Amino acid sequence: MITYLEAIRLAQQKALATDPRVFLYGQDIGNFGGAFKATKNLANEFPGRVLDSPLSEDAIVGMAIGAAIEGARPIVEMQFADFSTCGLNQIVNHAATLFYRTGVPCPIVVRLPSGGTSGAGPFHSQSMEAIYAHWPGLVVVTPATVEDVYTMLLEAVAIDDPVIFCEHKFLYYHLKAEKLPETSLPIGKARIARAGRDATIVTHGAMLHESLAAAAELAADGYELEVVDLRSVKPLDTDTVLASVARTGRLLVVSEEWPWGGVTSEVISRVSTEGFGLLDAAPMRINAKDTPVPYHPDLWSVHRPTASTIAAAARRLLHI
Amino acid sequence: MSKKPAPVTESDYLKAYRTMLASRVLEEKLASLYRAGMIKGGVFLGKGQEALSVSVGIHLRRGDVFAPLIRDQAGRLAFGDTILDTLRTYLGSQLGSMRGRDGNIHRGRPRDGYYAMISHLGAMVPAVAGALLARRLRGETGVVGATCIGDGGTSTGAFHEGLNAAAVDKLPLVVVVANNQYAYSTPNSRQYACADLLDKAAGYGVAGHRADGTDLLSCLETLRQAVHDARNGGGPQLVVAPLLRLVGHGEHDDFAYLDKSLKKSAVGADCLELAEKHILSQGWKTAEDLAAWRRETENEVNTTADRVRREPPPDPGEDDWAALSRPEYREQYAAA
Ligand SMILES: Cc1ncc(C[n+]2csc(CCOP(=O)(O)OP(=O)(O)O)c2C)c(N)n1
Ligand SMILES: [Mg+2]
Repeated sequence: MITYLEAIRLAQQKALATDPRVFLYGQDIGNFGGAFKATKNLANEFPGRVLDSPLSEDAIVGMAIGAAIEGARPIVEMQFADFSTCGLNQIVNHAATLFYRTGVPCPIVVRLPSGGTSGAGPFHSQSMEAIYAHWPGLVVVTPATVEDVYTMLLEAVAIDDPVIFCEHKFLYYHLKAEKLPETSLPIGKARIARAGRDATIVTHGAMLHESLAAAAELAADGYELEVVDLRSVKPLDTDTVLASVARTGRLLVVSEEWPWGGVTSEVISRVSTEGFGLLDAAPMRINAKDTPVPYHPDLWSVHRPTASTIAAAARRLLHI
Repeated sequence: MSKKPAPVTESDYLKAYRTMLASRVLEEKLASLYRAGMIKGGVFLGKGQEALSVSVGIHLRRGDVFAPLIRDQAGRLAFGDTILDTLRTYLGSQLGSMRGRDGNIHRGRPRDGYYAMISHLGAMVPAVAGALLARRLRGETGVVGATCIGDGGTSTGAFHEGLNAAAVDKLPLVVVVANNQYAYSTPNSRQYACADLLDKAAGYGVAGHRADGTDLLSCLETLRQAVHDARNGGGPQLVVAPLLRLVGHGEHDDFAYLDKSLKKSAVGADCLELAEKHILSQGWKTAEDLAAWRRETENEVNTTADRVRREPPPDPGEDDWAALSRPEYREQYAAA
């Protein structure tokens, strides 16, 4: 069985094997294989192309940008998504502006080990897709399955534009697949993860699995929830979301991000402005609580949405 | 690393001087166009810094990477930028290399190794380092990357991170610090606490070079050595040159905060005037020759400006408003 984490490693291995322009740069990713072992053995297999960087997020991203201008396809690893704030300037002001300003694209992939895990605390748990999606010039993806994390990482490398690759740490070890696909939906297309007729849940990342569990819980009561996995939050597949809401008339958006100005508010804004007539009830959303992500497992487990809070919200949406 | 590059010759000196002169004349024109309200955006000039700047550009060759900064008009011209494209960006012509999307000091042509700086100071240091890393991975040798920065820019995290990372990988990066005594209004006493910015070279484990920023020969010799050393495997080179910005931070700035004693001190000398004196004292050219060169450049600048002023501005209806290269990934949604 292939884990989500192993799929990330295998995608990088394939990218290195098939595209001589690809190289990897990041902290501890060489012989050590990375904090999560997402690059295990790759330094060995591809000598000189899997490079340890200093503890220097601005330099890591800045160097990737310069390398990309020269025709390379760097994949850089942030040890945790949270530390990408130290490279934020290079990402949003340099990589994201380059094509619009100069006509020269910036094909970098910035891997962000994202999201909460039990005991990780305020600085090793953040979900940052919303802030990166805010800036023009970036593609922001949030693969939620083993298959997607593999194909989307390969697609991210092939894209000429900068890609913020939000891989979810909660999924690293327990999500498994038999084999990896050759093809998939392209980045920018959402996927109906579960079909239903009574309400639509739109979600992404680890919350896909909480939402699917909630949908299973309601199915026992005779309600069929449709679950849409966004896959990429920028571009955001508004058409698939609207088509689902057109079938169900009800919308619940679920995200592990903080509530202010994130993916949930963006989806609700689009459905309300473009599909108001499709709605039979006010749209709802659930986010993490508006505090730093707590460290203690008992606090953490209620900080983020879970299957049971999602199911409870779905019941309110369905007036049951 | 081989020891010494070829000495700076009379013709090298004169070529550098002519580029400095072109830069000075062009910037005088930009200042007057600014006062006439014809410039789109701001004007930040490099008066007093031409000797250092030109010495960077002139020692780079095709295939090298150059990320100039705010006050590098002279270095830009030496690296292959033109009076025409400079005026097109400042005057907001649609035909400028940045197509109205960015302007003035932020212009560049990255495909030609001429990087387009972002405003955020320090950011170009790691970018040039990364370009050099990519070249190395491709098996290219003998490439040099150079970037310029001010005394203020040396206090940024990006400067530190970029130089440190370049040093770890021994990349052929030349970082040139124009220590012009001020960062906007902030004097060096509020900028750093080391005795000398060059002390930082030891901290990063890179070679350090000092040039007299007012003296063209010193700048040419120093940059020739630094670029030569980087090209021949010597790793990153930090060049520090004391000088004085002879104008305000930008043309909007009256420079009232200038400590007048600096102007009278050695750093306050005008590098262009000193270069002229040197040329005359060596008997390489006469005063009439130099005056003719100036007139020629003024003519070229004026005619080019007249022509560019008749060029169309960017057309908002024609811009595709696309920040991503791949059309499928552009957001169709806009809350208009
Ligand atoms: C990171 C960052 N902070 C602030 C500014 C605004 N700013 C533009 S130029 C400048 C002064 C720069 O001083 P210095 O680096 O010494 O260069 P000089 O202008 O003297 O050539 C400042 C503060 C900026 N461009 N980037
Ligand atoms: Mg300064």
